[in-house]
Amino acid sequence: MWSIGPIGFAAPWLLLGLIALPILWILLRAVPPAPIRRRFPGVALLLGLTDDETQSDRTPWWLLLLRLLAVAAVIIGFAGPVLNPQQARDGEGDLVIVLDGSWAGARTWAAKINRVETLLTEAAVANRRVAIVNLTDLPNEDLPFAAPTDWQNRLPNLAPKPWQPANPQAYFSGQSGSFETYWISDGLDYDGRDDLLTTLETFGPVTAFQSPRQTIGLRPARFEDGQVLVSATRTPVGNLTETTITALGLDPAGVERQLANVPLTFEPGEADAETAMVLPPELRNRITRFEISGARSAGAVSLTDDALKRREVALIAGRDDREGLELLSQLYYLREALEPTADIIDGALEDILLANPDVIILADVAILTDIEAQDVEECVNNGGMLLRFAGPRLAGSDLGRAEEDPLLPVRLRSGGRSVGGAMSWGEPKALAPFSETSPFFGLPVPDDVTVSSQVMAQPDPTLAERVIAQLADGTPLVTRKAMGEGQVVLVHVTANAEWSTLPLSGLFVQMLERLAVSTRPATPDLAELEGTTWLPNRILDAYGRLEDGTDLPGVDGAVLAEGVPGPALLPGRYSGEDRQLAINVIGNDTMLNVAQWPARITVEGMAVTRETALKGWLLSAALLLMLIDVIASLAVGGRLRGPRADVAATMALALILLGQNAQAQELTGDDFALRATTEVVLGHVLTGDQQTDDIAAAGLTGISQTLFRRTSIEPAAPLGVNLETDELAFFPFLYWPITADQPLPSRVAYGKLNRYLRSGGMIMFDTRDADTARFGSGSPEGRMLQSIARSLDIPPLEPIPSDHVLTRTFYLLQDFPGRYASRDVWVEAAPADAEQIEGMPFRNLNDGVTPVIIGGNDWARAWAVNQSGQRMFPVGRGMAGERQREIALRFGVNVIMHVLTGNYKSDQVHVPDLLDRLGQ
Amino acid sequence: MTQPLALRSQAETLAAPLPALLAEAEHLASAVLLGDHGRRRAGVGDTFWQYRPAQPHDEARTIDWRRSARSDSNFVQDKEWQIAQSIILWVDQAASMSFASDNHPTKAERARTLALAMAILLIRGGERVGLTGLRLPPRRGEAQLMQMAQLLSENDEIDYGAPEAQGMLPHSRALFVSDFLGDLQPVEDALLRAADRDVRGTLLQVLDPQEEAFPFDGRTIFQSMTGAIEHETLKAGDLKQRYLDRLAQRKDRLAHLARTTGWQFSTHHTGESATNALLWLYGAMERHA
Repeated sequence: MWSIGPIGFAAPWLLLGLIALPILWILLRAVPPAPIRRRFPGVALLLGLTDDETQSDRTPWWLLLLRLLAVAAVIIGFAGPVLNPQQARDGEGDLVIVLDGSWAGARTWAAKINRVETLLTEAAVANRRVAIVNLTDLPNEDLPFAAPTDWQNRLPNLAPKPWQPANPQAYFSGQSGSFETYWISDGLDYDGRDDLLTTLETFGPVTAFQSPRQTIGLRPARFEDGQVLVSATRTPVGNLTETTITALGLDPAGVERQLANVPLTFEPGEADAETAMVLPPELRNRITRFEISGARSAGAVSLTDDALKRREVALIAGRDDREGLELLSQLYYLREALEPTADIIDGALEDILLANPDVIILADVAILTDIEAQDVEECVNNGGMLLRFAGPRLAGSDLGRAEEDPLLPVRLRSGGRSVGGAMSWGEPKALAPFSETSPFFGLPVPDDVTVSSQVMAQPDPTLAERVIAQLADGTPLVTRKAMGEGQVVLVHVTANAEWSTLPLSGLFVQMLERLAVSTRPATPDLAELEGTTWLPNRILDAYGRLEDGTDLPGVDGAVLAEGVPGPALLPGRYSGEDRQLAINVIGNDTMLNVAQWPARITVEGMAVTRETALKGWLLSAALLLMLIDVIASLAVGGRLRGPRADVAATMALALILLGQNAQAQELTGDDFALRATTEVVLGHVLTGDQQTDDIAAAGLTGISQTLFRRTSIEPAAPLGVNLETDELAFFPFLYWPITADQPLPSRVAYGKLNRYLRSGGMIMFDTRDADTARFGSGSPEGRMLQSIARSLDIPPLEPIPSDHVLTRTFYLLQDFPGRYASRDVWVEAAPADAEQIEGMPFRNLNDGVTPVIIGGNDWARAWAVNQSGQRMFPVGRGMAGERQREIALRFGVNVIMHVLTGNYKSDQVHVPDLLDRLGQ
Repeated sequence: MTQPLALRSQAETLAAPLPALLAEAEHLASAVLLGDHGRRRAGVGDTFWQYRPAQPHDEARTIDWRRSARSDSNFVQDKEWQIAQSIILWVDQAASMSFASDNHPTKAERARTLALAMAILLIRGGERVGLTGLRLPPRRGEAQLMQMAQLLSENDEIDYGAPEAQGMLPHSRALFVSDFLGDLQPVEDALLRAADRDVRGTLLQVLDPQEEAFPFDGRTIFQSMTGAIEHETLKAGDLKQRYLDRLAQRKDRLAHLARTTGWQFSTHHTGESATNALLWLYGAMERHA
């Protein structure tokens, strides 16, 4: 195929015809436009008149050009031009297609599979055996050679994995034979890629396929100076790029939501970008993962673990009668130790308890009121932690003397003891190494930590198991007991340096971490994890989707400590004994590099350039040009004026309208407003599903006709309402059929909807599934309705009570069927204080039109009429069905009456009439 | 070819709303024929006009004895002065009249309808109506209308028609309907001859809107309706102004001719309502009444 640039020609010799164009030019130019013969009685008056000028006997140049273009288009069109002609890939022998198959390629996986499919087709033509190897999921045995057609069937089974290939060279070096390799690269460099290339080249030629797309990886978020810092890296480094980072987490109802959005801007030439999120602690602790919006890749998702969670710690000290001596303050060292890693709450105990802190620290507080004590106890029972420090006041009080105080882990002996002071014997005591059962196990004990005073625990049977740290002489230093779901810990020394040097040492901070008072460092080290087993909680796939991982086996802590995701360690969130760890695809120091290929390797683009035959386009263009030529010729020949002008004008108009979209006829702006407001117009929300929208429109047409016939409401034709663009305030009533796949309204649209609901509009939600589902059940439409309604200002609901005004606004009804006859139709609940007066048939509910009616009876189908006014859908069976349809229509009439007249019929003045009609 | 019956019915429709036309009878004295229509003064006629006291010059036989018997003096019964006017119509039946543009009726159709409508009005008014030449001498009565419709429905094969001055009774009235696009000399001759015989009349020029507007452009060969005359132009648009000038000259000349001979002249376009033209004709016929 002969080609110019990206365009090839099937029959290039036809292009020789283009040479004839100049000749055509001369010929056409010489021939004036053919005259029109026109009968005209006034010719007698024309006799003897001569033309002033004679130029127009030649065809004007632009008309000539038009015709030449048309002819040229025809010639080129028949020459069979093809955009991006496919060069048939030749080759023989076995073929191995190697896919990188990592998370970086997930975004373009479909394109890759397309590419593979094309390669397979070519291989099938060349009759080659093919093996496809996904480097992240290496086959166990030899290369799986098979016929290309077999592979075509197996293509859907190939999936990217959320990790990078690990040591693929080892697999290939075990292979023998010779084959050609097509390497579909993800575009990222990884360890062992060069080796693999070398190995593959020993078998035969290698061709690489790689698209130059940018890969963005989201690093784990970290906490710094009260902000959450989110950073991302990219490769190849390009121009200014703006993305949005979304923080997702569970809301109090347990539903996953976007908690925050923050823009992230890559400066030109910079590989990394960082942005800060300032979030309230309450919100921040809810974050479970960060995502780069719109990126479908595991690298664009960063799961969070406890590292981001900051515990709320309430610090309470006993009354301080010493002013201004900060270093002596009971809380000074605690504050210093906790400030970087936790959120500290100050204030009175009763206020603090409302904030529901994770940890309450009482430093030398002896006396709590009964109520306070009860509250603290409840807080601890609910999973909180009470950490108490001893001090002169505790030592001086009678707390926990005779019997164990609930808020102390041990009984205390009165007075405590003092060692190594000026007035006492002995040396200050050092700490004993921590025992294996202690949470502090493994922490090094510095020599300079000494204790000079402490409160003493009363020996008890339970004392031994409650001690988690002790002094060298065996006296308890830290005791702990479990209480409810929480625990109570007592440190037998003060929180300041008065009784010991513990608060001055690094051990103090580490101990607080181990006690989970403060947050631990992000990644635990190997030593800490060794021997533990972690259970996968949520698992990330290559596309960045979270899946349930609870059915997967546990992972050894040692593997976890490496933190490199692979088949043995799926990225995701793992839970251990008392904490959670996230394994992310991108670590803090992961560097992304573009895969570089040596010059000897052919690198082709990923995009499969489809052959596009241009013949049709060119011939259409020629036809169009000829049509224009017809009109232009008419214009030049004077035929556009005079008797046939209307025909020509119609043609021209048709030509202009040819490409116009029918959408252009949609109502816009003022037209819409006028149509919606000049008469009563019922609206239905456009769901985007053509059939549903048509049925909704037909349904509203049907109910409009019924209203027209039976009542004084005379609605015009219903309108479809686009929530995003149209004004809702024009409509007294909106019918909203719920489809399972309709998009959620935007923030602006929600604003409009809520305004609409608050200002007296009514929306009738119809899930159209009452035949199969009940209200609130988990049908797809029901779930969609729930997610739509979540952001709507919908009042408490109840099923339509039998005395609701809807039952008597026009007809007296007790059933509200549509195409289905479910009784599950819900409206705004009556106020709680509404009560029935003796002898009255209904309660006195004089206020408020219900803003919503929610049901699934598919009313639109029951109401729907077609163009000729016939019912479109059958309802029920036989006469009973027709009766049901009639009731459905009556319900529609009642609804619209309710919307338009409000609670008029709820007034007690109608009671006698209603009683009369009810036959009471 | 227009069907005579259809033509008649169209003309009847057109004539229906107008009152019977009282033809001008300026030179009644010399008109010999008496018609139905009184002049609202005493004179020769059949219908009673008034009783008047007998004068000495009245013959005794003219005295109305029945009236005189009721009083002391003698009365004479006066009759209303009745005359009948002869109106000669000429409608151009040449090929040029068969031109029509867009959805307008042909000029011939319009001309015939108008002429026949006038004829109906006149005959209802008691006048005698005929056609020029010797084809249909002036007569009265419905039968005359039928015959006239028959004759008017014929078409001539020539391009442009010329009026015949023959058969015009002295002192009668005449109505010429044509597009007057052909040679004007025969028209001029006919009018002068008519003026010689003291025939007053009306010229009605019927034109198609296209003939008035000349909305043509581009290379065009204009042909007369029979194809006998041709004119080719390369840019019809350029001719427009000169064509319109010539048309205006022609109208001027016709108007001038009409003025000198005491005729009325007007132009009617087929794009307009026929009633307007009929009203104008009505007025023109009545002008000297």
